[in-house]
Amino acid sequence: MLTKKYVQVIAKFEENGALIPLQVLWEDGRVFEIDRVLDRRPGVSLKVGGQGIRYVCRILNKEVFLYYEEPRWFVESKV
Amino acid sequence: MERVILHCDMNSFYASVECLYHPELAGLPVAVGGNPEKRHGIILAKNQLAKETGIKTGETIGVARGKCPNLVVLLPNYAHYLRFSRLARKIYYSYSDLVEPFGLDEAWIDVTSSVGLYGSGEEIAREISRRIQDELGITVSIGVSWNKIFAKFGSDYKKPNAITVIDRDNYQRIVWEQEAGDLLYVGRSTRKKLIKYGIYTIGQLAGTSIDFLVLQFGKMGAVLWRFANGLDDSPVKCFDENYNGNERVIKSIGNSITTPRDLKNLADVKLIIYMLTESVAMRLRETGCFCQTVAIHVRNKELESFTRQIKMDKPTDLTNEIAEAAIQLFVQSYNFSSDIRSLGVRAADLVPDTVPIQLDVFGREEERIRLARLDTTIDGLRKRFGNLSVRRAVTLGDNMSGLDPKKDHIIHPVGYF
Repeated sequence: MLTKKYVQVIAKFEENGALIPLQVLWEDGRVFEIDRVLDRRPGVSLKVGGQGIRYVCRILNKEVFLYYEEPRWFVESKV
Repeated sequence: MERVILHCDMNSFYASVECLYHPELAGLPVAVGGNPEKRHGIILAKNQLAKETGIKTGETIGVARGKCPNLVVLLPNYAHYLRFSRLARKIYYSYSDLVEPFGLDEAWIDVTSSVGLYGSGEEIAREISRRIQDELGITVSIGVSWNKIFAKFGSDYKKPNAITVIDRDNYQRIVWEQEAGDLLYVGRSTRKKLIKYGIYTIGQLAGTSIDFLVLQFGKMGAVLWRFANGLDDSPVKCFDENYNGNERVIKSIGNSITTPRDLKNLADVKLIIYMLTESVAMRLRETGCFCQTVAIHVRNKELESFTRQIKMDKPTDLTNEIAEAAIQLFVQSYNFSSDIRSLGVRAADLVPDTVPIQLDVFGREEERIRLARLDTTIDGLRKRFGNLSVRRAVTLGDNMSGLDPKKDHIIHPVGYF
């Protein structure tokens, strides 16, 4: 079962206005570096219920969906 | 070159958005309804499962629960719907600059000039459908045709998540076979009248002589005849992409309300009319318009409703004059045969407030100017201290008096013309 988990994100604005997430700060203090953003487009999460810009990120060699649902970021988290 | 027009209709829009945000409700019949405690308890939208149990939009929640005891009813979340509507339009705009919204969940798109770039109308429709599903998580029905009426017909023809192409080869088979009532602008009354003349299908309507229809229905007869024959050539209107309403030109300003309790006597009605008029007249003044016609809408407990309108002597934006006209109209047209559930006041036939007004010898122009000054002062006070800061004495000491139609006002879809 996945749940919608809002997370803290450090992100960068590029000159053209594009918003690129760099790090995800987990609630227990861990910091996940985003090695690369593989894809970025509007998308829905049917599993946890949300809609926003979906960033497909590579974190620790795994592909993770990070959603920017203005004004918050969320991930599909296992509980 | 023949036009290529799409009509996109997001399936059970409110319900689909709510289901998206409530994944835990998957597999349950879900409906979006008003708040029964405020007596707004009707079904606004329902998902496919709820649809299968026979629930209709506009039914009370009680009736719907009778048909489907395990129905989940959610309160509407208008901000979400506006956002999804905007996102969907953004997708439409990537295929054409001619996008005409029709309410929040429907839109026409003229892709005539994009066919060279993106492929046939059907291919564009397929891509839009796929993108809306991927990016917004809801399904659409799309009709593709050479005119707006048949495109709209196509999007209604097969639901949900379908694409219907109506072209010169198949329109007689698809459209003409259907009941006349399925055509845009053939409502209950027109349908009844058509049946009286033995016109049951759209094909029969198309085959009827236009002169006969004009004789029976006035200028609408000719319009319907053109619709049925696929001759409608009205353009897809161009809207500002960032504009998130759906009114293009303001044709009238109105407010209506379903009151917290039934209205049983003239005093109640006066109170509500004054309250609505305050909002209507204030919006008139903000828009810089005078109205020349005042209309009221009345719905009683049995959900029967009617509208009546009256022409004003002079163009006006005075709260008092509009309210008095509305009350006069009400007294003339209703006898309290049944208690009233919902009331509306509308100012129509608008002209700019700079229009010269013909004065008359016996008029009380001095008083009108004084009233106008009073209205301006009150508007100023309300702007600074809130709409309920200055109130009419009639509205004091009643539990309905806290309603603020101006603040709660919401934009609704406008007509086709």
